[in-house]
Amino acid sequence: MGKPAILTPDPWLRLQGLTRARVALGRAGVSLPTREVLRFGTAHAQARDAVHQALDVATLQADLADAGFTSLTVHSQAADRGMYLRRPDMGRRLAPGSLALLGEQGRRLWSPHPPLAVVLADGLSSLATARHGLPLLQALLPYFPDLPGLPVIIANQARVALGDEIGHALGAALVVVMIGERPGLSSPDSLGLYLTARPRPGLTDAERNCISNVRPEGLPYADAARKLAFLMAGAHRLGRTGVDLKDDSDAAPALTDSPYPGLASP
Amino acid sequence: MTYACTLGLHRHVFGDLKTVLAKASPARSGDMLAGVAAASEEERMAARMVLADLPLDRFLQEAVVPYEDDEVTRLILDGHDAAAFSPVAGLTVGEFRDWLLSDAADGASLQALAPGLTPEMVAAVSKLMRNQDLILVAAKCQVITRFRNTLGLPGRLAVRLQPNHPTDDPRGIAASMLDGLLYGVGDAVIGINPATDSLPAITTLLRLIDDFREQYAVPTQSCVLTHVTNTLRAIEKGAPVDLVFQSIGGTEAVNRSFGVSAALLDEARAAALALGRGSVGNNVMYFETGQGSALSANAHHGADQQTLEARAYGLARRYQPLLVNTVVGFIGPEYLYDGKQIIRAGLEDHFCGKLLGLPMGCDICYTNHAEADQDDMDTLLTLLGVAGINFIIGVPGADDIMLNYQSTSFHDALYLRKVLDRRRAPEFEDWLERMGIADFRGDLLPQGEQQALLALAATL
Repeated sequence: MGKPAILTPDPWLRLQGLTRARVALGRAGVSLPTREVLRFGTAHAQARDAVHQALDVATLQADLADAGFTSLTVHSQAADRGMYLRRPDMGRRLAPGSLALLGEQGRRLWSPHPPLAVVLADGLSSLATARHGLPLLQALLPYFPDLPGLPVIIANQARVALGDEIGHALGAALVVVMIGERPGLSSPDSLGLYLTARPRPGLTDAERNCISNVRPEGLPYADAARKLAFLMAGAHRLGRTGVDLKDDSDAAPALTDSPYPGLASP
Repeated sequence: MTYACTLGLHRHVFGDLKTVLAKASPARSGDMLAGVAAASEEERMAARMVLADLPLDRFLQEAVVPYEDDEVTRLILDGHDAAAFSPVAGLTVGEFRDWLLSDAADGASLQALAPGLTPEMVAAVSKLMRNQDLILVAAKCQVITRFRNTLGLPGRLAVRLQPNHPTDDPRGIAASMLDGLLYGVGDAVIGINPATDSLPAITTLLRLIDDFREQYAVPTQSCVLTHVTNTLRAIEKGAPVDLVFQSIGGTEAVNRSFGVSAALLDEARAAALALGRGSVGNNVMYFETGQGSALSANAHHGADQQTLEARAYGLARRYQPLLVNTVVGFIGPEYLYDGKQIIRAGLEDHFCGKLLGLPMGCDICYTNHAEADQDDMDTLLTLLGVAGINFIIGVPGADDIMLNYQSTSFHDALYLRKVLDRRRAPEFEDWLERMGIADFRGDLLPQGEQQALLALAATL
């Protein structure tokens, strides 16, 4: 004899194949079944752990070098994760040593006014930066064959606006910050892309464009690269980023190989 | 004017009104980050004592953010209704708290008073109130709004169905939407946060919900939560826009950082009204707010985050919105550190919004980098239910897979309905019964093959 049925099942389980959202969970009375309470609790525990894991800079820098990219590593003024979480203002400013490094080494490695600088920032999930930073750069290569000659900066304990100071220090026309987004229960490794024209300290978020959820299970690399290239072309044309620059890439014709004369040669 | 109070041997002096407000505010990480919080618990109590003795009309004489610099201040002060204010004009902030708790303050008198209150007065009195005071007074306020159904009636609770998907995949969104509807969720709005700002993608999503709504005659409204300028472009292109969404804050500078102004919101509201899509009413705006947004945009003018949040409501009421949603725990631990701070902020926001005459809802939520968990959300959910909140958010399993945070689930809404006997918007309740999703009491029915929405699910 089986036990009497306690749970009310949801006879629409097939919807689970269409989304990673927690659909068709069934119910115990009106409440969540025990198995879902435990599954949720486990995902929350893993996401909490992801927030506190440090970026493996040595491995990332070596992988970038193997792929032909030259990078420098900088730190924000937030000395550790605890300070980073409580003091976002410190995550937006470069540590003095890092500012000096960009001034000295940056000038030696790259041309003084690069058309683009890329910042690979840990943000709230270093897992995202470590996994998706380099593959995304490689997906951008068809649009920017000269990308390996442009500055790539690895940033620790970094917020999005740290890119403003980095881009400014390098004299870059555009900065794209690729940063670990805060981990969700289903996505501990989501990367966000923030594009800012004429980067300098003091800009607001209305002056940026954002592409979020970059990861194979979210917005795949090729699609993210296409959107980013579209926005960069628009930024180049308008001379600015932000709310005036619209992402109509879904309606745009496929991009040709070198639509960016101004960005092609650093 | 100086503000001072002596406690024991120590004389506490506060330079201006905004400092009194900031130091009187219950402790939270965002005010510490801004450097405006009380330096000690005693200083906090001293500020509260000063605040309690201030006449309410002091807030009409001294602005927290300068009148000349800030359009939100100008809207608040220029729009103040002195006649509506007269019943409490002679009271101090402390006396105002006592009056709000007394039987003299009932639903009708509070509704009449709302245009006479400024956000700063409301924020001030909230700082003298315990959580139970915030609940008791808010529960006396009634704010009813309408578009295709009636929201905010006594004994009712609505839910925004939030079927987000990380790539805006229409089938993924439809799956979450059907799941929610089969759980009886969606009377406040079916509202999607899109992953991109792309106009074609936004239009696709608007059509997706609208076609479904038309086919099944669902008495609710839809919204794609994109920037107001995108919604204006969608309207120009003939997309089916029910509600105009926008995030707003409590200063002109934070709104500038969001890329909006009062004039732009005026234009958007006029464009939505011209479409004439509401069937039972014309509340066409949907605002989201949250403590800490002004500081996050470096636009806080040295004021505390709770006072600035109330000022965002001062802006919101100009537009007679259908929904105002404080997204309380979304912004992160640098503004609201833990469950205790999130719970307090949620109660404050609901109280302040309701007292100012707004249809308040709350996204009862937290992020994975905050010191909070599901137990904290259960507590806030229950308290806001008791306080008579107009609507909450419904996300499958409380896990928003696009915005990467935890909100409330469809199950959470059912829990609140069960323990507090809260029903859905009447038009939506009738629809659920006609569809065989819920019975006449609003309880969910077991589903089988005869369910039309399951037939639809089979075609996705």
